[in-house]
Formats: sequence, structure tokens, C-alpha cells
Amino acid sequence: MSNAPSHLKYTKSHEWVESMLDDTYRIGISDHAQDLLGDMVFIELPEVGQALSASDECAVVESVKAASDVYSPLSGEVLEVNEALVESPDLVNRDPYVDGWLFTIKASDAGELDELLTADQYIELSSDDDH
Amino acid sequence: MSYEINNQQDGVIFDKSHRGRSNPCQAPYAVEMSGTIPATLLRKVPPILPEVSEMQTVRHFTRLSQKNFSIDTHFYPLGSCTMKYNPRACNTLAMLPGFLGYHPLAPVETGQGFMACMYELQEILKEVTGMKEVSLTPMAGAQGEFAGMAMIRAYHDARGDTARCEVICPDAAHGTNPATAVMCGYKVKEIPTKADGDIDIDALKAAIGPQTAGIMLTNPSTVGVFERRITEIAKIVHDAGGLLYYDGANLNAILGKVRPGNMGFDVIHMNLHKTFSTPHGGGGPGAGPVGVSERLIPFLPVPMVGYDGEQYRWLTKKDRPQSIGRLSAFAGNAGVLMRAYIYARLLGREGMPRVAEYSTLNANYIMAELQKKGFDLAFPSRRATHEFIVTLKRQAKTLDVSAMDFAKRLLDYGYHAPTTYFPLLVPECFLIEPTETEDKSTLDGFIDAMGKIKHEAETQAEMVKAAPYTLPLRRLDDVRAARELDIVWRPREQAE
Amino acid sequence: MPFIPHTENDVQQMLASIGVSDIETLFDEIPAELRIRSLDKVPAGLNEMEMSRLMRARASGPQPLCFIGAGAYEHHIPAAIWEIVTRGEFYSAYTPYQAEASQGTLQLIYEYQSMMAHLTGMEASNASLYDGASGLAEAVLMAVRANRQSKSKRILMPATVNPNYCSVAQTIVENQGITLELLDYEVETGCIDVASLPSDPGDVAALVIPQPNFFGVLEDVNALTDWAHTHGMLVIASVNPTSLALLTPPGEWGEHGADIVCGEGQPLGVPLAGGGPYFGFMCCNLKHVRQMPGRIVGRTVDVDGKDGFTLTLQAREQHIRRSKATSNICTNQGLVVTAATIYMTLLGAQGLQRVASVSHHNTQTLCEQLSAIEGVSPVFTSPTFHEFVIKFDGVKAADVLTALTAKGVLGGFNLSDDYPALGEAILVCATETKTAEDLALYCDALAAVMGELKGGAA
Repeated sequence: MSNAPSHLKYTKSHEWVESMLDDTYRIGISDHAQDLLGDMVFIELPEVGQALSASDECAVVESVKAASDVYSPLSGEVLEVNEALVESPDLVNRDPYVDGWLFTIKASDAGELDELLTADQYIELSSDDDH
Repeated sequence: MSYEINNQQDGVIFDKSHRGRSNPCQAPYAVEMSGTIPATLLRKVPPILPEVSEMQTVRHFTRLSQKNFSIDTHFYPLGSCTMKYNPRACNTLAMLPGFLGYHPLAPVETGQGFMACMYELQEILKEVTGMKEVSLTPMAGAQGEFAGMAMIRAYHDARGDTARCEVICPDAAHGTNPATAVMCGYKVKEIPTKADGDIDIDALKAAIGPQTAGIMLTNPSTVGVFERRITEIAKIVHDAGGLLYYDGANLNAILGKVRPGNMGFDVIHMNLHKTFSTPHGGGGPGAGPVGVSERLIPFLPVPMVGYDGEQYRWLTKKDRPQSIGRLSAFAGNAGVLMRAYIYARLLGREGMPRVAEYSTLNANYIMAELQKKGFDLAFPSRRATHEFIVTLKRQAKTLDVSAMDFAKRLLDYGYHAPTTYFPLLVPECFLIEPTETEDKSTLDGFIDAMGKIKHEAETQAEMVKAAPYTLPLRRLDDVRAARELDIVWRPREQAE
Repeated sequence: MPFIPHTENDVQQMLASIGVSDIETLFDEIPAELRIRSLDKVPAGLNEMEMSRLMRARASGPQPLCFIGAGAYEHHIPAAIWEIVTRGEFYSAYTPYQAEASQGTLQLIYEYQSMMAHLTGMEASNASLYDGASGLAEAVLMAVRANRQSKSKRILMPATVNPNYCSVAQTIVENQGITLELLDYEVETGCIDVASLPSDPGDVAALVIPQPNFFGVLEDVNALTDWAHTHGMLVIASVNPTSLALLTPPGEWGEHGADIVCGEGQPLGVPLAGGGPYFGFMCCNLKHVRQMPGRIVGRTVDVDGKDGFTLTLQAREQHIRRSKATSNICTNQGLVVTAATIYMTLLGAQGLQRVASVSHHNTQTLCEQLSAIEGVSPVFTSPTFHEFVIKFDGVKAADVLTALTAKGVLGGFNLSDDYPALGEAILVCATETKTAEDLALYCDALAAVMGELKGGAA
């Protein structure tokens, strides 16, 4: 089973959320998701300043096999995007939880965090769809 | 293919270029430019194109051709693609100078022979599909699909029935189906396929409603079986006010046996590059004519060919004001249509059902023999149509040898691989379609190779996983191709 | 049995293996009430000799001298091209999904992409689309996706774009809420008057610029490109590939160049053939390559480090992305692109430049000669590439063309349906295939026809 650090929150669609300072959250895709998609070749990031609602399509992660939409786990405004992914999309494969983050968001509704999954819940859910 | 090709000689054509070399015999004589074009609109540096001799050109491209598998050189059992023999007469006769020199905007009086062929093809396709009217203009299957869905939309709009916003597709549908529905402004609702390969009718009933514009089906379906409850499905969809779209990908399986028109479909597209044996050409050109039931006739794309008993002429939007419009600059892939017409006439009414019969016989034979060799069938309780699915899920799980590995190893045995990983709902699948033009000994050779590879997978898995070995190249690095995009050759000084 | 090799013995052995008594049993899952007995309206089969006779009869008849262009152009096609294209290994191969078994087709497409990129002055090319008209429609869809600055689905479409291209684009994009807004031309010059363009066009996704335009006239592409970019639009260039041997490539238009380049590839070694198959080309710069529809081939290496070619960026395409694909397209016009690649190789930059300049020269000469005939006059004052518009005084264009046809000359394309404001006007093209004698023959025929029609009218 792939790893899912316990200090993060998760979505059913395989995004993770890390709490930073104040209302700021960092977002990426899980180890399980990167493993399913395979070698990343291109990451399309949102624009800084873009306003997102929870579950909006906000990025695309593209591997040789598939291009998959990333859905924003939270509503808010995009503060920063991980420019390193432009040159090195494989960071998402090598280090999905640290160097492979996608963007940070200033959340407008902290209550949405309660909807997200814990690491244990996420692991249980993602082991179900292992073929 | 000759495997002994010395690859060292085979760079790209630009590598063979030498400044100052040209082919004056193929170009017109030079003239002085008259100077009427302003300098700001003129090109300053000539484009970088190869400078090679005619013989270098012929040799380069001939050698390239030798690095291809093709129907003319190899058995090509690619499921859902109908890789049957492309009769030579179809090419020779379509390329008569009188046809090749005919300008699409020339007066129709000067092209009555050409127009007669197009008109008769329309008539033949009407009969073969059981539809009421046919337009030949779509240039490929996907464009035929687009035309079909655009007609469904135009039909609902013309009735003021504008709340229909959804199109239903089975989860096994070809990827173009959902992509096309979206291009026509619809949302897609997928419904599941049952374990026996038929559509889940309860799921269909649950999905359908006043929001449903139509359903897109292939029959025989993409999983290689005939949808047995098609009449019931048609009734459910029509009762809800929706229309039925038929993807003609698998028409080869039923030619002359059963017709989409009789099954209750309202619109169909045909892939003439499959069923009517026009060449695939390394990925095109195809042709995707559409046929319709009574209620969609006014909406067919233009131009069509009309005949008043004396003269053939183009029917345009003037004649057919409710048409969804044009799809190509002229009248579609006329040369492809011409080849299909010739093929249809060579087969004739007696030959068409034989296409279905012998393609079905060949598929069922391979299926039976592979089952005897211990391969798992995706739908073992069903007859094969002109194609069927083997699943290599067991081999992938226990031996770690995937369908892709099997596919690559087949190339070493001199067989093009069947379609892999389509339809997506069957894991590790091989969709196998032999077509009617292959003889028994070719099929036996393929069956034998499949058996040998299965044995190799069981005894030397690592060897199979690194195949192929005998082709000009081994497995290619797809990841590098996508990450370090090199899609245009540049001279060294520019490339850096 | 035509194209079926089975002997009776084969059939029996195969049926025995399957475990059925006859072929008919294999169809027992089809409900009986749906089965048909025969295809009565399909004619009985012909053998090759009979078919050959029929087709030769239908292809026979006089071959008139053709001065029609309007989107399909008669050029000389070197003999080597279709000899190679119709080799079975190209002709009967499938889409190169199994890269190791398709290196011929794949390398050829890579070479094609390279040639098209250099010809248009762009960084990337796809493996081709269906034709020039549908290619323009795909370019419009692409521009709406690619223009991140614009939220608009408005496209400015000059009236000087081939009217058939406009109607194809309309058919294909209208269901996605995209609107094509017509931009008028200046009646004297036959092209868009840059000075008359609005200073505040609002939010528009893209401007289409035809070069040469449908009248054969050269647009002021540099000023148009800069105007569009100033207002946040992308520029879609719709160009004739032959002309690019002479004219500024779209990649160098104005300050920043065009963003998407498309056009009809037929002039590059493809016969007229009643309208197809042709192919549409499409090029762009790397920053937009992921928004480009259609197949793309990339160079890579195999596990032994040998150079090879494979389809790349496939995740954009319908077979993976399904309802979110860039387009539903899943073919390129492979065989026709094979012809174009060999054509560009054989001619090279110098040969292509000669084709373009001789076509231009012949067109200039013919325009002068025809305009000297009484009742015939040129319509526009601007420079043209290899087509021009003339009009007739006091006679119908349709009648002139019919009378010319009777004399073995296809005199041009009648513009009076699509552009009634021009009067009785036709669009005429003279490529490098026309000799001085051919031009003289046209002039004599037209002079005679004008005399007859005017005489008849008087």
C-alpha cells in the first residue's frame, strides 16, 4: 500500500491538503494517485490569483498514459504555484508530498476542511480501488 | 519488412541534404519576379527543406516503407479496425486520370461519370444499412459521428424540444463517442455493461429521461458481441423522446445479415476504411458517410448527389435548407469514396453477406482454438462476432507479463498485435479481429504463436517482457518523448 | 468468392473446431425477426474486367483546360510521389500505435512536421487534419481553449476567407456557443482595411487572417497581426502552402507572429480528384502545443539508445481523454501527408519557390491579357498571389463560364452567388502548369465568347 502521511487531509479524488500558516493550505496529489498515473510528463497549474470553489477543476496532471484533472479540495484564492514542476514534472512522482506540491490556496471557508478524509480513511478508500 | 536493414544509413531526410542539390526536372523553369508584391510581404530566408536528388528521395522513402508492418506484408488482427485486404483494382481504377484531374468546382456536366459513381454509392449504402437517405461527405468516422449527433441536435431544436442536454454512452464505447457528444454541446452519461457483454437495461432505464437527447451504440458492441435486446433498447429510448445513434465501427460483422435500420436506429455512420476496404494509409484518409431514418432526412450534411433521371448534380444548402451544413471544403474524401464504390461493385449483393459470414467464421475459429490453448475469454458464454476479447489478467497477475508484453512479443513472430487495452473495461485485453480475407493457415500460424508466447511467459517471463528483439528498434522511451519534446528537426546551430 | 480464400475443406475443419454444423449457426444470437434475406437493391457483383471497363468509360471524356482554383489547385505532381505512396507498406498500414512496427510511418510524419514547421515559421506541427476547411474549424476551437486572457467565445472572421471554410467552421463550432463575426473587406482593394478596424473591439478570442485571401489578394498581415495582439486576440493564419515559398511565413507576421497556422495541404503533390482526399495542416508554437488537436510524433530512443519515433502527447486525444479530449479527431490524412512529404522533399525550397513564382507570373500575365478584352475588367487594385477577380459588363458570369466550357476552357469560379456585391465576377487561377499557349487559348476563347454573348444580347 502506498503511503499517506497522517498530518495531511485527503479527498476521494486523491488530492492532499496540508495546513500552513493562518488560512493558507498547500495542495498536491497523493502517492497512490501518482502511482496509478505513472511517469508525469506535464503539469498544468492554476494561475496565481485565480478564485476557486471547492471541487473546481484547477490543474491537470499528465502522464504518458493519461491526463487527469485535479479538483480543488477547498474554496479560496490561489496564492502560489510550484514553478519547479514546469521543468521537472517528475517531482510529483519522486516526492508527491513535499517537492511535488502543486499550489497553495488562501481558504475562504475553513469549514470545508471537515469534509475531507483523514489518512486512515483515505488509505481504506484507495485500497478498495486497487485492481 | 527486411530486418537486416542497416540502420546507420537511415537518418532523417534532412541529414542527407546538401546545399545546392536540386531536381530541376521536377520543377518549372525559373522566372523573374515581377515586383508587384511589396517587400514587407515577402519571405526573407527560404524555408529549411531537404536538398536531395530524386534517387535519394525514392530510396529514403522506400526504405522507410520497409520499416512498417502492413496488411500487404503481415497478418494484422487489430480489433475494431477491420484490417482486410485492400484490392488493387480499387486503387488503380480510382486513380484513372479522368478522375484525378477533376476539379471539385468544375461544371457537373464535365464530371457525370464521377458523379454517377457517387450517386450509386449513396444508393448501395442505403440498402446495406436499411436507412432512408445517405450523405457521403464526412471525412472520417469521427466526423460522421459529429454529423450524426449534430443532426440529432438539429432535430430536437427544430421541434422546439431544447431541454435535452444529455447523451447516453455505454462505458465500453469508443473514445470518440463521448468526445463527439461534447463537441455537439451535450453532457455524457455513461451506463455499465453487464458480465455477459450486453448493456445493463435497468441502468439504461434509470439514466433515461426528458433530458436525454439520444444514445450512442455500437452493435455488435465494442466488446465483440451482438446486443441481443436491441429492439427493446430502441423502444425505451424512443419512448423517452430520444434518438438512437449507431456507430458503424463493426458493420463488417453483420453486412447483409441484419441492418441498423431494422434495429431501430435513427442515424448511423459507416467507416468505409473498415467495412468497404479502403486503405488505412498509416492513419488515414478514411471516410465516414452517414445514413438516417425518415425523420432526420432534412438535416443531412451537404453536399449530397442528386439525380433527376438525366443529370447528376450537387445538392447544397439551397436545396436542403435545414441541413446541418458543410463538413468539408468540397465533397469529402472523394477518392476514398471511389475506392469503396469499386469494392462494393466487385462484391455485389452476393458477396456482401459472405463478408459477415467468413469474418465471423474466422473470429470464432481463433476464439475456439485459443480457448483450447488455455487462454481466458472475456465473454466465454457468447459467440464471437467478427471479433472477440481475450483477457490476459491472469498472466499479468501471476506472471507479471502484461497484454502489452504479449503484443510486443507477437511482433517478433511476425504478427501485428491485436488491439490492446481497448475496450477499457476489460483488464489486460486483446481485441482480436482476423477479417474474412485471411486463410486458415495464416490463422493457424497466429494461434500457434500465441500458444508459444504463453509458454514463454510461463517459463521465461523476463524475456517476453523485454520484447521485441527482431525489429529495427526495441521498445521506445515514451516518457522521454513527452518530457523532452523533439517534434521538429532543426539544423544543429538552431537546435542549441 | 471475391477476396475470401476459404476452401470447402477449410470451412469444415474450422466449423468442427468451433463445434457447430454450419456458418449460419454462428449468427444465432441475432434475433430472428431482425434478420434480412438479401440486399436486392445492390447490383450483382462484377469481375475486375467488367468493373475496369465501366470505370474507364466513366473516367473518359475530354479533359478541359482548368483555370479554377478557389481552394483546390492544379500543380504538377512528380511521378515518383504516388509510386511510393501506393507501396503496400504505406498504403495498407494502420495508425502507428505499435511504434516498433511502424517506424516508417512515424519517421515520415516527423519529417512532415519538420517541413511544415519550417515552411510556416512555427515551432510545432501536428500530423495533419482532414482538410483546410475543417482545419480552420479546429483552429477556432483551439484558439478559444488556448487564449487564457480572453473569456470570450467571439472570433473575427473576415469575409475574404473562403466561404466554404466559413460555413464548415460554422457547422463545427456553433454547438459550443462560439460565434463567428464577419469582418468586411474594402471594395477597392479586396482586402481588410486595417485603418477601419475598431479601436475597441471588446473581448475577442481570435482573429482569422487569410493569406492570400479568397480573392487571391494579399492582406496586410503584419498590421493585422499587431492589431489583434494589441487587443488580446490570438491570430489564426489560414495560408496557402505553395505561397509560403515566396511570402512571409506566419511565424514572422508583425511583432510576434501568428499563434496558430492552418491551411489546405492539397497543393503539395495531391491530385484534384473531385475534392479529396486532401489534408489540413496545423502549426503553432510550443506554448500552445498541448491545446493542438490531432496526432503528434516525437523523436526518442529505444532501450538500446537507438533513435526512434513514437506518437507523443497522446493524453490529449479522444482514446484516452474521452469527453475531455481536445477534439474527437482520431485520424490524420496519413497517405496524403506521405505524398506531401515526398513532394516537399523532391522540390526543396528552390523548386517550391519556382512553382510559386511561375504561378504568380502566369496569373499576372493572364490578368493583364484578359482585362484587355472588351467588357472584361479587373475588380481589385491590390497585389495578388496566383488568383485574381475579373468582372463582365452586360453579360452573366454563369453564361460566360458555360460558353467557355463548351470551348474546352474551365474559366474560373463564379463569385456572384457568394459575393453578389461584386457584380458578374469570377475568380481565375493560373498555376505553373499553364503555358503561354494555354493562356492565349483562354484569351481567344473569352474574346470570342464575349463577342457572341454581346452580339446575341444586342
